[in-house]
Amino acid sequence: MVSANTDLTYNSKIEGDVIVSRADAVINWIRSSSMWPMPMGLACCAIELMAVAASRFDIARFGAEVMRFSPKQSDVMIVSGTVTYKMSSAVRRIYDQMAEPKWVIAMGACASTGGMYRSYAVLQGVDRILPVDVYVSGCPPRPEALLDALVKLQEKVKREPSASKLLSA
Amino acid sequence: MSAALDAVRALKARWPGATDRATLDHPAVNVPASDLLAVLRSLKEEHGFDVLEDVSGVDWGVGSSPRFTVVYHVLSTTGHDYVRVAADCADAGAPEVPSAAALWPGADWHEREAYDMYGIRFTGHPDLRRILMWDGYPHFPLRKDFPLSGVPTELPDAEVVAETKTGAIAAPMAGGPFVASPGGINMTEAEPRAKDESWTERHPKPGT
Repeated sequence: MVSANTDLTYNSKIEGDVIVSRADAVINWIRSSSMWPMPMGLACCAIELMAVAASRFDIARFGAEVMRFSPKQSDVMIVSGTVTYKMSSAVRRIYDQMAEPKWVIAMGACASTGGMYRSYAVLQGVDRILPVDVYVSGCPPRPEALLDALVKLQEKVKREPSASKLLSA
Repeated sequence: MSAALDAVRALKARWPGATDRATLDHPAVNVPASDLLAVLRSLKEEHGFDVLEDVSGVDWGVGSSPRFTVVYHVLSTTGHDYVRVAADCADAGAPEVPSAAALWPGADWHEREAYDMYGIRFTGHPDLRRILMWDGYPHFPLRKDFPLSGVPTELPDAEVVAETKTGAIAAPMAGGPFVASPGGINMTEAEPRAKDESWTERHPKPGT
């Protein structure tokens, strides 16, 4: 007999106010669906970063709802642009002020490797001072490339053993 | 006859040390460092060159005499003309010229930049600190004996250095500097590429 129940989603009248799931799945779902970026805009990549936040590309569709200029309120630092040695300690200090858990996207050639600036003044890749999760190629990258980086980062976050990390902390 | 040529002629008549400087555009004059400030004051107050456009330095190379030259560009907003004034620094080890910051407040940051990049000291400058590199950086990067890729140096923030265990490194050049000259290739394929492609970071430079 085919069931008369046509509900496709959770029905609290039948199942009560209880959902069974894995802690990792819930925590990672929450984390990856609301990653607020810390826009570390240091050069021309920041223009593309602004485009990503604006209406045409609209990073809010992917849960990176709003750029937070306070490190306390942000989850993922998007280093977009050339990091000079003089700026590098400021970048690191802002990263240190972000609350855990936190992630880093190195956007563009300069942030990833120093790019074309093989110079006495430019940090040769922001991974020399920060733990980078996703690198984005391009000079500057297309906005779609940054959206893809965010999706890749969300996939990475969804694989993290968050519950055991929280319990062991 | 332009205002700039008149001004240069008057300067040479008044200061016997002032000589013509080879130029392709604006009238230019070499003056001894001891006369520099008086010449600039005369240009500003008697000849109407009221804007200091730029102060820059030249390093003629290790062993050259003079090694360092300071170049000023002044503009007359009434005569619509430029004059270039150059002064050689006598001592290559401790190059020094008088500061023009009292004449034009805009000279302040230009002179700080020339000090930062060449180590030319501007005597009488109100606040001669580095402007682009960080305080305490031990080198002058635009000098001819400083390599393009830089030299290993401590970063300024001791806490960050302790945390990251990193510092300024000599940048990997990998056959650079990188140029976008098309040469014989198609312009659409003219990506910037290394001048010397016989070596990379993985394969060492032949003959070294």
